[in-house]
Amino acid sequence: MAGLKLTSIDKSYGDVDVLKDINLDIEAGELIVFVGPSGCGKSTLLRMIAGLEKITGGTLEIDGLVVNDVPPAQRGIAMVFQSYALYPHMTVFDNMAFALKLAKLSKDEIDTAVRKAADILQLTPYLDRLPKALSGGQRQRVAIGRCIVRDPKVFLFDEPLSNLDAALRVATRLEIAQLKESMPDRTMIYVTHDQVEAMTLASRIVVLADKGISQVGTPLELYETPQNEFVAQFIGSPAMNLFAGEIVATGERTSIALEGGHGVVQSAYPSQEGDLGAKVNVGIRPEDLALTDDPENSYTATVDVQENLGEVTLLFFKPDSPGAEPVIAKLPGIHRGLKGETLNLSAAPEKVHVFRDGISLLYRGT
Amino acid sequence: MHPALQGLITIVIGVGGCVGYFYFSNFLLDRFLLPARAFTAAETAARRRLGLIFLFALPTLLILALYLSGTGLSGIASGWGLFWLLVVLALIFGLWRLTGFVFATGETTAGHNISHANMIRPWLFLLPAILALGLYLTYPVFETLRLSLIHRNGGVGIGNYTFMFGEQKFWEAMRNNMLWLVVVPAMSTAFGLIVAQLTDRLSWGNIAKMLVFMPMAISMVGASVIWKLVYESRPAEVEQIGVLNALWVGMGGEPQQWLTLPVWNNFFLMVVLIWIQTGFAMVILSAALRGIPEETVEAAIVDGAGPFQIFFKIKVPQIMSTIVVVWTTITLVVLKVFDIVFTMTNGQWGTQVLANYMYDKMFRANDWGTGSAAAMVIMLLVTPILVWNVRNARKEMR
Ligand SMILES: Nc1ncnc2c1ncn2[C@@H]1O[C@H](COP(=O)(O)OP(=O)(O)OP(=O)(O)O)[C@@H](O)[C@H]1O
Ligand SMILES: [Mg+2]
Repeated sequence: MAGLKLTSIDKSYGDVDVLKDINLDIEAGELIVFVGPSGCGKSTLLRMIAGLEKITGGTLEIDGLVVNDVPPAQRGIAMVFQSYALYPHMTVFDNMAFALKLAKLSKDEIDTAVRKAADILQLTPYLDRLPKALSGGQRQRVAIGRCIVRDPKVFLFDEPLSNLDAALRVATRLEIAQLKESMPDRTMIYVTHDQVEAMTLASRIVVLADKGISQVGTPLELYETPQNEFVAQFIGSPAMNLFAGEIVATGERTSIALEGGHGVVQSAYPSQEGDLGAKVNVGIRPEDLALTDDPENSYTATVDVQENLGEVTLLFFKPDSPGAEPVIAKLPGIHRGLKGETLNLSAAPEKVHVFRDGISLLYRGT
Repeated sequence: MHPALQGLITIVIGVGGCVGYFYFSNFLLDRFLLPARAFTAAETAARRRLGLIFLFALPTLLILALYLSGTGLSGIASGWGLFWLLVVLALIFGLWRLTGFVFATGETTAGHNISHANMIRPWLFLLPAILALGLYLTYPVFETLRLSLIHRNGGVGIGNYTFMFGEQKFWEAMRNNMLWLVVVPAMSTAFGLIVAQLTDRLSWGNIAKMLVFMPMAISMVGASVIWKLVYESRPAEVEQIGVLNALWVGMGGEPQQWLTLPVWNNFFLMVVLIWIQTGFAMVILSAALRGIPEETVEAAIVDGAGPFQIFFKIKVPQIMSTIVVVWTTITLVVLKVFDIVFTMTNGQWGTQVLANYMYDKMFRANDWGTGSAAAMVIMLLVTPILVWNVRNARKEMR
């Protein structure tokens, strides 16, 4: 129904480039999540899609029509703002009815549409209240209701849950997931800082960094086969460990000697003859490291700090130089008295990522 | 002595007195009355005795001495003497009741002393203001009420009021005041709102705002002089020096004495006050407009609202309480309007207003009773609006 197509979109404020050459195809019915570090332009991109910011260069198509110069109200989009942006002087009913009144719908039509949306969102008892007499979660739902009544083709969410407390965030996240399920043909674009929201809601995640798109893919693609070091470290918590090293054997599988005499590890990623001796970074997720007795094909280091969380044990290894990020291992279950021990840790070769010049060996040449 | 020097000395004494008062009263409170430390039961008892002597005996002696040295013994016997004696007794009674609060019985903790000192402190700061306001505001109100009930020929009663209500000039003033009341606040607020909205997004908006605000800095008399020149009229053969007549003649009209045109002249006077008050309305409303969350405006854009709908359905309702405060504040100014009418027409040609009517009666006709009665009427009109305004302003702050 309503796909979006972003073709080499640029955005700059005066001399400051914020986004450059954004290309993205969004299919109808997808739930796309934008993630990225603060200030990378997630909101700006979303607001350009909404029509609240001018597009400096490139074209934006919704449903096959170029909408660069179409006013927001006629783009068939609706937006939930981070601060909800409810009209404080209007009741919940009027808040939801505002757009319909502007569209000159009849009283009956408006009433039906608003009551239906209120029903879905369990807001019926609050229709006569002003926003200030609602809890954060209820305001949030009114903001969503205001979008639903307009029956837009595309829903835009800018960090909609960031003002809620942790418990409510989980509940509302589930409600949004259900909402999406009940409207399978509506497209949603969702900006968030929260990895869990991104991983659980998204059909595809767009990682934005450095004025552009770093990688687009399903949550598990991003987790299992990150294209570059940035995505590798951005997705997952604690972040992926990066070890500096040198390729010592090439072929179907690659062996890398870790710097600082921490041993040699093997990766399932293929490499070419010419890679021999190349400086690379090896990435292994903390949860992929496991204890082993075999000093071959493993990482060897001394435990600096141990954190027992019950279900998992976190081990922090002494960094080679003071101030460097410590290597972290996340072992399932309880392990006692490992502090100060020198351990061998290994990872399955498929879980050992190799990045040359920041790019994964898997994606070379693509 | 040179007047400037006298002024300087007055300022030094006044400011120094204030600072000294606040410093020493707080010093007394924190050092001697309620120091921030604990007391044993014996200590509190001793302090209580001492305190009683201070709070009770000392003021009594002081006031009595002052009183006697002023009027002599015979003074006590008169009506006023008894009145003041009662005031002094009430004061001493009040102080006596306070000793229980200041000097508790039994042991006290440091926390108790600090919290009690902090309950007294606001009153230390309020006291000078209360006394000054009582002297300069409350007393005149009652005195005016009294004067308004005394007739010129010595009779007591509502004669002044009935006389005033029977006067045609009074009703003219009343009617004009109502006219002012409707037109000036509405126009000032409307213009202020429009200017605030229009200048918000302009690069030279701040200069425009400054120009609109400037009349606020001119006194009403100064403004009247300026506008009197605008309305100035010269015989037809001579060149017009008044802007309005210059325009009018330029368009082919006969030169007019604008300020003597019945009914219209009221509006020409109102223009002056609107000119002054628009700046005030603009500044307050501009601040309020900026306080509107940008996202609600963006949400309205996404919802499909045009510029006018955004202004009237999103922005104006959100600053409604500020608009009301601005409106009522200007209403208060309008009810008291005097200077403009006094300087420009002095109430002739059907432009009388209440304040000028009062002035006329009091200082020109030397009819204190009727003048005071007019003052009471003005006060009665102002009070409800004032109360409402204060309420709204408070709501605004919350
Ligand atoms: N009006 C503006 N003028 C100049 N620069 C701007 C303007 N608005 C945003 N920027 C810049 O554009 C960049 C992207 O801002 P944006 O709000 O899109 O970031 P974001 O990814 O949403 O960040 P966050 O996660 O903190 O919300 C920022 O570096 C910001 O400084
Ligand atoms: Mg943002």
